[in-house]
Amino acid sequence: MNNIMIICRKEIRSYFTSPIAYGLLAFFAFIYGWFFYAAVRFFVQRGTDMMMSGRGGPMDVNEWVIRPLAMNVAVINLFIIPMITMRLFAEEKRSGTIELLATSPIRDIEIILGKWFAAVILYACALLLSLFDVGLLFFYGQPEWKPILVSYLGLLLLGAALLAIGAFLSNTTRNQIVAGISTFAVCLILWVMDWMFAFDQSAVGKAISYISINSRLDNFSKGVLDTKDIIFYLSVVFFGLFMTARSMESLRLRS
Amino acid sequence: MIKVEGLTKRYARTVAVNNISFEVEKGQIVGFLGPNGAGKTTTMRILTCFLPPTEGSAEVAGFDVTKEPMAVKRRIGYLPETPPLYPEMEVEEYIEFVGRLKGMAKGNLGKRIDEVSARCNITDVRKKLIGKLSKGYRQRVGLAAAIIHNPDVLILDEPTAGLDPEQRRETLLLIRELAGDHTIVLSTHILPEVEQTCEKVIIISKGKLVATDSMSNLNSRLRGAEMVAVEVEGRGGSLNKDMVRQKLEQVPGVSRVMHEDSRNNVLRYHVESLEGRSIRADLARAVVSADWNLIELHSIGLSLEEIFLQLTASDKEQAAGGAQ
Repeated sequence: MNNIMIICRKEIRSYFTSPIAYGLLAFFAFIYGWFFYAAVRFFVQRGTDMMMSGRGGPMDVNEWVIRPLAMNVAVINLFIIPMITMRLFAEEKRSGTIELLATSPIRDIEIILGKWFAAVILYACALLLSLFDVGLLFFYGQPEWKPILVSYLGLLLLGAALLAIGAFLSNTTRNQIVAGISTFAVCLILWVMDWMFAFDQSAVGKAISYISINSRLDNFSKGVLDTKDIIFYLSVVFFGLFMTARSMESLRLRS
Repeated sequence: MIKVEGLTKRYARTVAVNNISFEVEKGQIVGFLGPNGAGKTTTMRILTCFLPPTEGSAEVAGFDVTKEPMAVKRRIGYLPETPPLYPEMEVEEYIEFVGRLKGMAKGNLGKRIDEVSARCNITDVRKKLIGKLSKGYRQRVGLAAAIIHNPDVLILDEPTAGLDPEQRRETLLLIRELAGDHTIVLSTHILPEVEQTCEKVIIISKGKLVATDSMSNLNSRLRGAEMVAVEVEGRGGSLNKDMVRQKLEQVPGVSRVMHEDSRNNVLRYHVESLEGRSIRADLARAVVSADWNLIELHSIGLSLEEIFLQLTASDKEQAAGGAQ
């Protein structure tokens, strides 16, 4: 545990002593704000339209603002996840510092967990920033906080899962660009995978929809907390970190 | 302190290290000598548990590298060829990070950082970013980090590579100072460095152990034959290079004369002596008595390649002799 903390602290420091973290957070805050503004405008527009047509009724902020926003974050993830994970291992391998870690009395899994935690923390910081916009909703309206909490939990789990996959891909190469692009490609594939099977009831269609990583988010964004979804994301995390560990081991056997 | 037996490392297509065995005693400073690609780095990586051996065993401080890697890693300080530094960290921060990685408690780390910084002469850059340091400083920061946990064994891979002569001298001096507390293995492909610093030499070539001996023994083995460069100028008429060669060959104690170069009536030769013979005085006399000008005469050290040639050749001769 102690060793994990040492690695994690070092990673966070290196994120925040370089412009990476700040650029990333600024990018996220800006894009999120943009989507937020669009969602709120749409919501208001709809409200006035309904008033004009005389069908004014209660409108659900959660349904019309929070839910689409959560799905929008999934899109932003496509870009920020690779940015967070691409350097995790690739840079250490290129600069040779991996040799320091590998010859220190610390286990591979501790290195991996420390790095992954640091990535999750940076991602969580980005999510935290977006809470500012969501706070504005509380100022002007009465959204329900429980579904918001659930949708943020979903986003955190989704991010953690993708970060684990990104960590693995970063471990397979010493080139950060390759790591970043392959992570982007995998995230994109996971994102669009179930599109063509949306109405497919065949076994293949069902299987694909089952492992589609973003469709799980829909439940969370609705405020539905299902253990199945949580376990799904956690198993992706486990799978990603397990593959990272295997990759580190194979590096030693081959190189 | 270090015991290596039948160590072999095979990659997909090549054998990097082939059945190497040697021992290093406590407190010794050992030079690991070989040309590039000889398997020095691979052997060091096995000793530091970075790579597993394909066959054979290696023991460091009484612990087997494959069976108890954690115990080995705790007792070893390793400086790879490029020091594993994080350019975005401050020097002090980096050394502290390494100390924590090696399992040191935070409490006594501060004092220890003072000690190693003073020892490695980096006290004046402690607050600087590593990325802004010169190559010599980086090397010393790497060394300071490698000894932070006071390891029993210190493994240094080409610690002087890429340094200028002054930095090189300082680094070697520092390494020699460290020898009292640690058992040191350092690799290099530069012979004089080993001569200056090491008590014992392990020479490998193409993954095979060529020689392992104390420095003084090896010296006498290698210096048995002397290699002398001679430059001769003709007086008046031009010189015939074969004539000069014949003349030089007649000097007592000369085993071989090689013509190297001729320009503007100056001929250059490399002359090798028989084992244990000093030929410079006789060569000079021979040249002068033939009424030529002696432009230059000096003994040239044997290059590493020649040493390998000599050592491997003598091995072959012995093998051939044994077969008969």
